[in-house]
Amino acid sequence: MRSSASKLSLCLLMTPFVLWIVLLVLLPHLQMLRVSFHVRESWDTVTLGLEQYQNFFSESYYWRTFVRTGVMSLFTTFLTLVIAFPIAWYIAQLARGRAKGFLFLACLIPFWASELVRTYGWMILLRESGLFSTWLQALGLADGPVEMLYNDAAVIIGLVYNGLLFMVVPLVTTLDGMDENLVEAGYDLGGNHWTVLREIIVPWAMPGVVSGCIVVFMLTLGSYLTPILMGGKDSAWFTEQIFTQFITRFNWEQGAALGVLLLVLSSVIVWLGLRVTGQNLRKVMG
Amino acid sequence: MIRSVPRSAWFDRIYLAYLIIFFIYLALPLTVTAVFAFNDASFPSLPWKGFTLDWFFADGSNGRTGLFHDDGLLSALWVSVVIAFWVTLLCVFLGCVNAILFERLEFRGKEFLYLVMLLPLVIPGVILGVSILVFYSGMANSVSQQWGIELDMFRPGMPLVVAGQVAFITTLCTLVIAARLRKFDRQLEEAALNLGATPVVAWFTVTLPWLLPSIFGAAAMAFLMSFENFNTTVMLTGSDTPLTVALFNRLREGSTPVLNAVALLLMVGSALLAVLAMGRGSTRKAG
Repeated sequence: MRSSASKLSLCLLMTPFVLWIVLLVLLPHLQMLRVSFHVRESWDTVTLGLEQYQNFFSESYYWRTFVRTGVMSLFTTFLTLVIAFPIAWYIAQLARGRAKGFLFLACLIPFWASELVRTYGWMILLRESGLFSTWLQALGLADGPVEMLYNDAAVIIGLVYNGLLFMVVPLVTTLDGMDENLVEAGYDLGGNHWTVLREIIVPWAMPGVVSGCIVVFMLTLGSYLTPILMGGKDSAWFTEQIFTQFITRFNWEQGAALGVLLLVLSSVIVWLGLRVTGQNLRKVMG
Repeated sequence: MIRSVPRSAWFDRIYLAYLIIFFIYLALPLTVTAVFAFNDASFPSLPWKGFTLDWFFADGSNGRTGLFHDDGLLSALWVSVVIAFWVTLLCVFLGCVNAILFERLEFRGKEFLYLVMLLPLVIPGVILGVSILVFYSGMANSVSQQWGIELDMFRPGMPLVVAGQVAFITTLCTLVIAARLRKFDRQLEEAALNLGATPVVAWFTVTLPWLLPSIFGAAAMAFLMSFENFNTTVMLTGSDTPLTVALFNRLREGSTPVLNAVALLLMVGSALLAVLAMGRGSTRKAG
């Protein structure tokens, strides 16, 4: 009786989970994988083949953008980590009482606005008629309007800005639990700043570092607005090509193949990151 | 690097300067966006031409149409609200059920299913949108070709946008609610059962009130994430565009201070929602 009741409750609780994960995540991705192997022969007949993937490798524009997106995302993630770490350290270990809560909240405030609004803010600052350009001219540092938008540096500024919160929060959470006596002991045993950082602080913060890096990397790799609005003609982003295939060219087969490739890239890099640092997804995310 | 370790004065000064620069970097884009919503010029840039509320309230008679008279933006705002409402409802429900499933029950393959539950976090938003488009819209196409039945629900539009957003926001809600359920003292529930409550009554009178702060938190988060989402939404939207997509289309045509006004409105709205959720959470905790 008892076991049948618990079986019933397991079934009842399992059903919504299974419906959600199967109908909204697993089946759509399997279908995307299948469509990526379709080759369209006429408007209503398809055969299976590798044509879409061959296009990717033979068309240098595709794989160049692919590599570029991957490399720039890794660089952005690294930069975000380096910028966020001292801030997280200050909030977790040096700030006290109200200042601590206040600074932590201040880090969250930009994220009350959407990515679009944040990108728009940067556009107002960086473009030719923007604030920085006007200020530089007023200070006499520039003779005419300066265009700071539409280049890779602008894209990275925007992407780092988008990722910061997702780096600061996990870092603060892990560093907060650290006993400062550990650091003191490190110095007492003759360590300098660098060895203490490398041997004590970074290993302790590792779960936070990995979880922050994974989230920032995923966000950056999958971002669309920032590269398209802030990037120049040469700074294409891979998501943009997926979008073009689906929305502009109605070439679903090619778009699905590019989507699968992006998914493979992100999975491989996340998996490598977890392997190299000896973490697992459950510990880092759950 | 900690308080008890002696540091040089210049190190402290550099550290402080770094903190200040960091927070200016955080605040600057949003501040200028907000400020230029009130500039009396038709382009959001310097020089400052004076203060105006035209970009909010002008009715088009002086050549300017303020946000509250812009039907396109207002209807897009409404679409976003409707989508966010359904997403919040579905995600909080699924989040609660998933949290109980993974925190309270033991079953075979639990570890594996937990990892599957986390999957949507490591899938880029664009891919989620694309896969749902391919699956459902493709299905609608083939059904229409073979049997001539139109499944309009599965064409790009509001139901698909909701589906796409629920796919990943559910995971976040599950994590938030599960984290609180993990801290729950099960003896409280057992006490209720000993005192004669049925499991259902015990759940509604003891466990659910404990979970409420996290449920409000998860709901606020789901609403905001849905409202602000672009990457998944843009692949799935039909003729009724939500606000972020409508704003993006406007922005590509050129920026006007009306966009700043919308941005400011969004910031204020999110801030209010966040404060409300936090206040709600803390009074519950105190009570």
